[in-house]
Amino acid sequence: MDAKRRLASPVLWVGLLLAALLLRMDVFQPLLRRGFPGVEPVVYNRDSFLALFLSQLGLVASASLAASLVGVALAVFVTRPAGHDFRAMVDALATVGQTFPPAAVLAIAVPMVGFGARPTVIALFLYGLLPIIENAIAGLEAVPQSVREAAEGMGLSARQRLYRVDLPLAAPVILAGIRVSVTIAIGTATIGSTVGALTLGTPIFDGLVANKLPFVLEGAVLVALFAILTDLLFARLERWLQPAAG
Amino acid sequence: MIEIDRVSKSYGERRVVDRLSLTIGAGELCVLLGSSGCGKSTTLRMINRLIPTDAGSIRVGGEDVTSLPAEALRRRIGYAIQSIGLFPHWTVEDNIATVPRLLKWREAQVRDRVGELLELFRLDPPIYRGKYPHQLSGGEQQRVGVARALAADPELLLMDEPFAAVDPITRDALQSELANIHRATGKTIVFVTHDIEEALRLATRIAIMERGRIVQLGTPLDILEHPANDFVRDFVGHHGLGLKLLSVRKIADRLRRGETADGEPLALDASLGEALSAMTARHTDRLPVCDADGHEVGVIVLADLVR
Repeated sequence: MDAKRRLASPVLWVGLLLAALLLRMDVFQPLLRRGFPGVEPVVYNRDSFLALFLSQLGLVASASLAASLVGVALAVFVTRPAGHDFRAMVDALATVGQTFPPAAVLAIAVPMVGFGARPTVIALFLYGLLPIIENAIAGLEAVPQSVREAAEGMGLSARQRLYRVDLPLAAPVILAGIRVSVTIAIGTATIGSTVGALTLGTPIFDGLVANKLPFVLEGAVLVALFAILTDLLFARLERWLQPAAG
Repeated sequence: MIEIDRVSKSYGERRVVDRLSLTIGAGELCVLLGSSGCGKSTTLRMINRLIPTDAGSIRVGGEDVTSLPAEALRRRIGYAIQSIGLFPHWTVEDNIATVPRLLKWREAQVRDRVGELLELFRLDPPIYRGKYPHQLSGGEQQRVGVARALAADPELLLMDEPFAAVDPITRDALQSELANIHRATGKTIVFVTHDIEEALRLATRIAIMERGRIVQLGTPLDILEHPANDFVRDFVGHHGLGLKLLSVRKIADRLRRGETADGEPLALDASLGEALSAMTARHTDRLPVCDADGHEVGVIVLADLVR
């Protein structure tokens, strides 16, 4: 029963497919040649897909980790009595971060920090902050008043209330925000290739510039699988957290 | 045990507690009774400093409540509220163990204490320890809430309308459990309610509050027999006053010693209301009475109820 359930899991199949394509895209060479006659080479070969994937993973992971830490910390701050007055300002800042197109952030960041990974991480960080802050605030505010009052009345200190009550109860909602943020970041990271970051967007942009459609297709399929796999993993993490929250 | 001395609290222009003084002795079950907005909950919450006072002082066990950190104070005072506030992500055991663990009890001791409390509230420990709050009925949740408040064996227990949100049958059961626990443990309890019947049933003393002040302080019988003013008279209610009096007077006060009667005996500490109820149901005007050991000590007669 358990083995069967594991076999039926989409995480396994999407993961295997992504791994197979990252390592052995050349298997599809004959098929791609038939689909796009006259394009040579038909499989992107300037960098290995695995290297591109790992580089993008690193960019997304560092930007999302930073956005999660900063976002949750800001949400905690504005939902405490001391930070209450800053609530509107943090909301506004996060919204501005989201409204700014990542391409514009790249354009501004490049002259300041140079080409490559750094402007990409900055853009992803700013772009990913809003869903995390908004969900974290919503999750922390959804902790029932009765629970908060009981915790205070029994003598939990402010720090104990935060770590033992507020954050665990808000965790599913906070995680949902991080899930949205990371999934968006994976897609958005591809434009980092326009400023010299190595991502799975690199074959896409090279393909567009050199009019080689198979490159675009290869990059796009890999990015999509990457995003889907990540989303599935987060869904699993959320389910794992759920029973504890009742 | 508690000395409240000319305490005031205002929100903006509105004075919700107005130079209130009240002394509650050890082992009392003092009910703060009044309609909503009379300041009874605010008074209660100033005792464990959930609400700071504007003026006046509160001493618990001789110590001013502001003389130690709020958290340390609250860990010494049990607190149960209407909305219960069980931690939904913790099991019943973890909920009850909250304060003992904050006080760093040994884990074996915590486990024993949780088992003891679950048994006290007739919740079978092997079944209930591992349950989550959402798996419990309203009455069970409130039992766990009160058990949690009692967990670290506090001298003082504050209860804010703890039974207001449960159905009448469950409320009745919870009230008699609380009365038993109060009798058995001798804890000092401050109990807030707007329900006059509940107050008459549980209180050793009732403080009736109106607009932030105590308008009358006395035993349930005092308040029914000698209401201090029209407000108290209205609040207590003319309607059914006789039955309320019967419910607070004890059989012991009207006992005819030495006489005998047939039938299932009533307990000496039962109320005259219970005696009337038993007589009505059994179509009789005299019933035997026994003491706590089960020995018959006399009879109670219908005519004596209205004396």
